[in-house]
Amino acid sequence: MYDITLSISYHYDSPAAVSHNMLRILPRTLPGQQLITGLITADPRPSFRRDSLDFFGNVITEIGYDMPVKDVFFRFAGRVRRNVEASNLDLSPQVGKLASDLSAAATLDSISPHHFTGPSDRIHLHPEIAAFARQQASSSMSVVSAVQAISQAIHRELIFDPEATEVATLPIEAFRARRGVCQDFTHIMITALRSLGIPAGYVSGFLRTIPPTGQERLEGADAMHAWVQAWCGMEMGWMQIDPTNNIVVGGDHIVVALGRDYSDVAPIKGAIRTVGKHETEHEVNVIPL
Amino acid sequence: MNGQARAQLESSLQFLQSYRPPIGVTDELLQRDGSLRPVWRPLIELLASQSPEAMARRMAAGDQYLNDAGVYFRQLAQGASTERAWPLSHIPVVIAGAEWQQLAEGIAQRAELLEQVMADLYGPARLVREGLLPAELIARNSEWLRPLVGVQPPGGHYLHFLAFEIGRSPDGGWFVLGDRTQAPSGAGFALENRMATSRVFFDHYPNANVERLAGFFRGFRDALNDLRQDMDGRVAILTPGQETDTYFEHAYIARYLGFMLLEGEDIKAERGRLNVRTISGPEPISVMWRRLDSRFADPLELDESSAIGTPGMVSTLRDGAATIVNALGSGVLEARALLAFLPRISQVLTGAPLKLPNIATWWCGQPQERAYVKSNLARMIIGPALSTQLPFDADSATFLGGSFRTAARPSIEEWLVSDGAGLVGQESVSLSTTPALVNGSLVPRPMTVRVFAARTSKGWIVMPGGYARIGQSDDPTALSMQKGGSVADVWVIGEKPVVTDSLSDQPQGPFVRRMPGILPSRAADNLYWLGRYVERAEGVIRLVRAYNRRLAETGDPDQPLLAALAQFLDRFGTDVSQPVPENVLNLLDFAQNCAGKIRDRFSIDGWSALADLSRTVRDMSRTARTGDDASRAMSVLLRKLAGFSGLVHDNMFHFMGWRFLTIGRALERADRTSAFLAEFADVASPPGGFDLAVEVGDSVMTHRRRYAVETNRSTVIDLLALDINNPRSILFQLEQISRQDAYLPKSTVNGQMSPFSRTALRLHTELSVATPDEVNTARLWNLRDEIATMSNDLTHLYLD
Repeated sequence: MYDITLSISYHYDSPAAVSHNMLRILPRTLPGQQLITGLITADPRPSFRRDSLDFFGNVITEIGYDMPVKDVFFRFAGRVRRNVEASNLDLSPQVGKLASDLSAAATLDSISPHHFTGPSDRIHLHPEIAAFARQQASSSMSVVSAVQAISQAIHRELIFDPEATEVATLPIEAFRARRGVCQDFTHIMITALRSLGIPAGYVSGFLRTIPPTGQERLEGADAMHAWVQAWCGMEMGWMQIDPTNNIVVGGDHIVVALGRDYSDVAPIKGAIRTVGKHETEHEVNVIPL
Repeated sequence: MNGQARAQLESSLQFLQSYRPPIGVTDELLQRDGSLRPVWRPLIELLASQSPEAMARRMAAGDQYLNDAGVYFRQLAQGASTERAWPLSHIPVVIAGAEWQQLAEGIAQRAELLEQVMADLYGPARLVREGLLPAELIARNSEWLRPLVGVQPPGGHYLHFLAFEIGRSPDGGWFVLGDRTQAPSGAGFALENRMATSRVFFDHYPNANVERLAGFFRGFRDALNDLRQDMDGRVAILTPGQETDTYFEHAYIARYLGFMLLEGEDIKAERGRLNVRTISGPEPISVMWRRLDSRFADPLELDESSAIGTPGMVSTLRDGAATIVNALGSGVLEARALLAFLPRISQVLTGAPLKLPNIATWWCGQPQERAYVKSNLARMIIGPALSTQLPFDADSATFLGGSFRTAARPSIEEWLVSDGAGLVGQESVSLSTTPALVNGSLVPRPMTVRVFAARTSKGWIVMPGGYARIGQSDDPTALSMQKGGSVADVWVIGEKPVVTDSLSDQPQGPFVRRMPGILPSRAADNLYWLGRYVERAEGVIRLVRAYNRRLAETGDPDQPLLAALAQFLDRFGTDVSQPVPENVLNLLDFAQNCAGKIRDRFSIDGWSALADLSRTVRDMSRTARTGDDASRAMSVLLRKLAGFSGLVHDNMFHFMGWRFLTIGRALERADRTSAFLAEFADVASPPGGFDLAVEVGDSVMTHRRRYAVETNRSTVIDLLALDINNPRSILFQLEQISRQDAYLPKSTVNGQMSPFSRTALRLHTELSVATPDEVNTARLWNLRDEIATMSNDLTHLYLD
């Protein structure tokens, strides 16, 4: 069980005339995760607010201001229960045989693996990443072991470096620089998996801030975090893995949104009519109870 | 057959002697046995009876029409785009009414089928679950927009206006090359082709039983009006803006149908509604004919890099804010691969086969189909499965199977295996040929026709005519205008004489004067800045002329007055060492850019005058030399500018848009005159400053007549700042601003004056009672600050 707070602040040099924001910061309720309480607030009081679900079932909160605003704060506070049952069984098919599982999954509902195979806004297959993926995994490996091998390789070869990239950095740029943050690690891994024919998506969420005694603090705990979900065939379905820390996702990760890449799940998207510059700050706290 | 008829027939046969359609294709003009199709006969007889000179005169009349109407298209080459003359092929494609009727039934059936597929893909997705469409073809299609899944259109229908690119195969039957469901263009161009072609055949067209197009547009206009949920809501046309190659058509069709032409930034999504930002505040839109690709419509939920969308639009559609024509996401239906599945879908959904078949298509993601394509490579067009291009608009990734070199074949076969799911094979059908006039004689050229269908309350209607594309050579891949092809009108010939028809209903009941509709803020903004830029250009040109005149007299740029003038101009970004300073070119470009954004509201003459100015100044900048030559060049520009101003002020309807233009011009003139007087009518100004001020203020004669003395500070200030009768004085500008402001919607709200009105009135009063000695340099500088505030206030009130 966790108490979670997230605050996002914006400061505009010249007040924005009209602004329209779209937040995806409310944790989801999924098998193994329940949102017990949760509240999103905004200051100043919005002129307009609307909550709805997006295609992938994530909660969207739209917040609009008619009047010029100079400082805006968005805040989420809530409590989430996590109960993950770890399973060590690998029931996934070989990578080379995943395609027949895939064609059997003839649906377009939100968890259909078909959404996660081709290019998406921020994921474009790239020969360099594809070659890297082929070095780590062969078509005779099981999908689960291929996913783990790629996570391990990315964790081994890339350095976590918040200064190296920004939110718009392309996966291939971060890959070549061998540096980046959780978003880059995740995008690179998705690109690698899709190039092997393994459906892969982007998960945004929170990570426990203070590690249990005796364990190391995980990277990415002081802001919103990102990791990968991969489809391991009809039998096993989706598994989540965190390449930044190279761990299979367990009780320390709290899922906020699922999508094909960052643009499906961005915690905040905004459209503001302003000419000046702005600054933004995020702060996350995930406290186990 | 009487003698005259026989003579006509013989001359027709002679005329067609050299017309030889290729073997194995259908020809529109000649039947298989070489005889003339009866429906073409009257037109061919007319053509055969023309002398070459008479024919040339006819063609010229058509071209003249297009030129006067300002029809152009944008040619895109190497990243740049230029406006090019409209490539009209003057000979229409002639089709018999009975045949057209059949075609129209097939079109209507297909339109309804596409509606059902659309409703399924954005609803239950049954077609995928039941195996009629592969999941990956939809999931990987970037035009299948997930945020729109589950969003139902208010009126229940997704599709309202469609186009179909059709061709005729060697067996004589029509088939569909591609469905255009996203935001099909061409209907407006079809109208323009008709106008031009009817001028070419001015004596023949009226009685040739050619079906008229106006009824179709009236039907669609009424249908759009019927889609409004309440009478408050407005119908608008949404355009991506003047940079798109079909912007001309958007402006044209907006004018023709009488709907507002809007861009994404005109619209605001708020509280579950879509409103247009107007000078009187937000006004609801309830129907929007979208000429913009769906992905760009909303940067918040769709393509986040879009700068031409309306943030939050998708969310308002969830609340049923408006009917979008066609619904966002309709581009999913354009993917080539869908053509492989539509025949079967038609059977399953409607129990009937397609009346109008489409080009045979095989999706190579299925083993059997892939094998078929592989073994029939020679007559296949192979290309990306999800491409929305027509098969003959070969993109760089599409290949004509027949033209593979043998050496290349193995790699294509490999390609089919490695990326089968990404590819389709389409049968490479030979298109029919139709006559085009080349060097005075008719030659057969391949063609396709774009046909338009609109949903009305009585079902789908099909435009009796269309937009034909004619190839430049026998090569069917060279049909597009971008590749040198041309376009032609399509005549559907009925059995009976047609009733002359036009778009406007005959008014019934007492005469009601209708005032022009609302003015969107962005249009007002562009008109305001058009006024300012033209005036600013004029001011700079006058100064540059004065500089060069004096330089020609003295030959000494270091002379104090010239040095001061050069420095003054430099402060406003103008470098007088250039004979035609670059800033003049820039200012005229800015003006033209503003006018370009409001072409639906701006007269064609006004536009031509601006374009002419731009051309002239560019020519001059290549040849003019500093001094006398440059001074004379500036005089030419001033005369042309006066011509433009005359058009605007004598011919433009004095409604809101004109008032913003006029205020822009007056504010700019007041500002520049203040700046100039502060600099050159100061007690410390270099000698000659007073005369210069009077000259630049275009008031030399008045001054001479009025004061009968040498210029001095008082006479100059009196004439150029305080004289209410001098159209160049500052007070005159303030008078003009106050007069126009009184008509603006927010000049007085609940008895309270707007900040803009307040300042305008205060400055007007202060200058009205001022004497020349009170208007010193400090006060002139202060006046400029006040004017800047007024511009900000005006922007904030009306234009933001």
